[in-house]
Amino acid sequence: MSLLEIQRLSLSIGDTPILRDVELSVAPGEVMGLVGESGSGKSITALTVMRLLPWAARATGRVVFDGIDILAASEDQMCALRGDDIGMVFQEPMTALNPVKTIGEQVAEGIRWHTRASRADAEDRARKMLDRVGLPAAQFPLSRYPHELSGGQRQRVVIAIACALKPKLLIADEPTTALDVVLQAQILDLLRDLVAENRMGLLLISHDLAVVTEMADRITILRHGEVMEAGDTARTLSEQLHPYTRQLAQASMHVPARARTHEVGQDSPQLQAANPLLQVAKPLLQAESVTRDYPGRRKSLLKRAAPIRAVDDVSFSIDPGQSVALVGRSGCGKSTLARMVLALDGPTSGTIRFRGEVITGKSEAELKPARRDMQVVFQDPYGSFDPRQKVEKLVAEPLHVLEKKPTNAERREMVAKALHEVGLSPRDMDKYPHEFSGGQRQRLSIARAIITRPKLVVADEPVSALDVSIRAQILDLFAELNQKLGVAYLFITHDLTVARAITDQVMVMHDGKIVERGRTSEVLDHPQSEAAKALVTAAPDLHRAIARRLQEQG
Amino acid sequence: MTAYLLKRLAIALITLVLASMVVFAVLEIIPGDPARLMLGLNASADQVELLRNQMGLNAPLALRYLHWAGGLLSLDFGRSYTYSVPVIDLVRERVVVSLPLALIALALSTIIAVPVGLFSAGRHGRAGDTIAMGAAQLGVAVPNFWFALMLIYLFAVWLRLVPSGGFPGWSAGVWPALKSLILPAIALALPQAAILARVTRSALIEVLNEDYIRTARAKGLPFRAVLWRHALRNAMIPVLTILGLQFAFLLAGTIIIENVFYLPGLGRLVFQAITQRDLIVVESVVMLLVAAVIAVNLLVDLSYAVVDPRLRSRQ
Repeated sequence: MSLLEIQRLSLSIGDTPILRDVELSVAPGEVMGLVGESGSGKSITALTVMRLLPWAARATGRVVFDGIDILAASEDQMCALRGDDIGMVFQEPMTALNPVKTIGEQVAEGIRWHTRASRADAEDRARKMLDRVGLPAAQFPLSRYPHELSGGQRQRVVIAIACALKPKLLIADEPTTALDVVLQAQILDLLRDLVAENRMGLLLISHDLAVVTEMADRITILRHGEVMEAGDTARTLSEQLHPYTRQLAQASMHVPARARTHEVGQDSPQLQAANPLLQVAKPLLQAESVTRDYPGRRKSLLKRAAPIRAVDDVSFSIDPGQSVALVGRSGCGKSTLARMVLALDGPTSGTIRFRGEVITGKSEAELKPARRDMQVVFQDPYGSFDPRQKVEKLVAEPLHVLEKKPTNAERREMVAKALHEVGLSPRDMDKYPHEFSGGQRQRLSIARAIITRPKLVVADEPVSALDVSIRAQILDLFAELNQKLGVAYLFITHDLTVARAITDQVMVMHDGKIVERGRTSEVLDHPQSEAAKALVTAAPDLHRAIARRLQEQG
Repeated sequence: MTAYLLKRLAIALITLVLASMVVFAVLEIIPGDPARLMLGLNASADQVELLRNQMGLNAPLALRYLHWAGGLLSLDFGRSYTYSVPVIDLVRERVVVSLPLALIALALSTIIAVPVGLFSAGRHGRAGDTIAMGAAQLGVAVPNFWFALMLIYLFAVWLRLVPSGGFPGWSAGVWPALKSLILPAIALALPQAAILARVTRSALIEVLNEDYIRTARAKGLPFRAVLWRHALRNAMIPVLTILGLQFAFLLAGTIIIENVFYLPGLGRLVFQAITQRDLIVVESVVMLLVAAVIAVNLLVDLSYAVVDPRLRSRQ
């Protein structure tokens, strides 16, 4: 018998239909993967089971949990279910915990509320639960506050809250999307163990097919609020009978077609002769023993802890037209290094040269020529635009570093050209950012980055906020611009598939140091350093996951 | 934590010193010779000069400032020009009226505003919220002296529960004294409560959209419990900020209210002193009010750290 049975669930918010005839079931001890792109209704389905919907939402159909009709249940009944029989883990661990309460209070709160246990008993159980999720008492006493923990640790606390009362069903909504791959693997392991220990049903929601394939026994694929296909994970994904399933699977394994333009020391002389870019002797970017210290936390008025070394004696170079990935776990110093490359932050020691010129310790005026030739694309296509400005102004922003101020007509022409190059229409110039989808907005930020014809674009996790099919398109665009404009890339990412897709070289960063560098395929297929090995092992891979599942099932 | 405390304390002290300079300078600049005012229009130039020397008015500016500021520190505020008694005695008499009045009003405004804010935020967009916020809008718009008149009419004239004005003094007993302060305190508190209720509501509504509220709901806490246990404390920072800022307006409000209710408080004292050009009294009372506002805001800064653990661990 199913633990959770959703039948013909339709839901609308106001006049907007969100879900249509959704069918889904989870059995005890089973992992059900719910996959879909953003806006497909995955989260709303989860919130319907919790009955934590926005008040304007109207749902019809049947949602039965453990014999209880969820849609008809009273609010009191729901309060009794939530946190006791149904636990939920959310996507964003950084904001999912109350900043003014200790982790002990927050884990114990649900226990006290449901069991009427005394404070001491509840704290005792909270302690055991935190131990279970990998937060031992020695380093993580109950009196810790959320801001003292990292993202992965906070997600463990959220899982502890959700599983404290051994729920029959756990709903995990993108539980690892905000974490780096190594943490992701740890959190997924933990969820798997908890499912096995308590015969808990798990409804795992994710946009990442590889993650779901590794975890889920069965899979439901959702698109525009409708179930496209549902069934056994391995069979569904290996057969790919439904066109949308095939589309999703292909998009998540997508590698842009790109002529290998740059392989230092590996290219044949003919290829070098064929590509004039390779004959440029001088590297585009050169970092020499770059170190960045941050002052330690102030312990008292006069005493400070030892400084924190975010970047430790890093040297590397990037040739013109070369595409380089900087990979590493969160907190390894890759963003600090990128900020220094962009001259947004200065190194404590060491120098960075761009086109042969030292850019460290220069004034803004002196940096202007360099700024023209380096641009940046950020992760969040929503946060990086002023919502009150038109596209023309937003995309034209970097033009102020030009030697000569362009006239209005020139400016419009340059914006039109940049928009055309990223696959948007010049007519989009007079729109506002909110009129674009996430993928289109990322195109806008790329248009903004290439409008000055830079030699180097630094891209900080440029596709991690995008859906798989959009992500494939954006990767194609990056590859195409690399080819067409000869722009060099520094991709900062913890996602190895991005590195594999569009970079020639990979630098692996760990604890502020670059521990490995080499050809992308070389490093990712045969990692040498511990840090690189950890990343490669932890990275979910759809091919591998399907193969493993099929093997297990015989 | 200690670093945070010391930094706040240092800022408060620096503000106090700067404020004293401004107060002293402003009263130096405005026209009107206190010596001439004390002696009247018929005094000769020699007499005025003699008195100016006696009062130390001819000394250099910096010296006079230091003398005055030093006096403040040792609670020697000088002598009133008009009453010829030490200012400290005048102030001491009046503070025991004004300080309780301001504190009662502050407490009242909080006691009214926070529950109204909670009520409204919990019913965001529904009828109860609209009515409560409509009332708050009215409270912001109507001046406190009009409230004072209405309160006098209702409770003093019509119901005869409390006196319509005057102050019997604390020597007459705590209850009669409190009774004559209760209407002025309400009149002072209402407009402040209205502003504070709106701030509380909007802070709560913002907090209710946070992810951790959803986490708390997913634990099985009913909405009301989430509102009290998780939302309120997180919404306190903006509420405390406004509370601190409002204290200054509250003190300014006492000048009007004390006049409406014939209360012998600091407000009335400073009002009279201004009309009589009793500059030394004005200076002293203003400095006292400034010190009170700075002290309250220091307390607000410190309470931030109590509310939010992130401030405690930051340098």
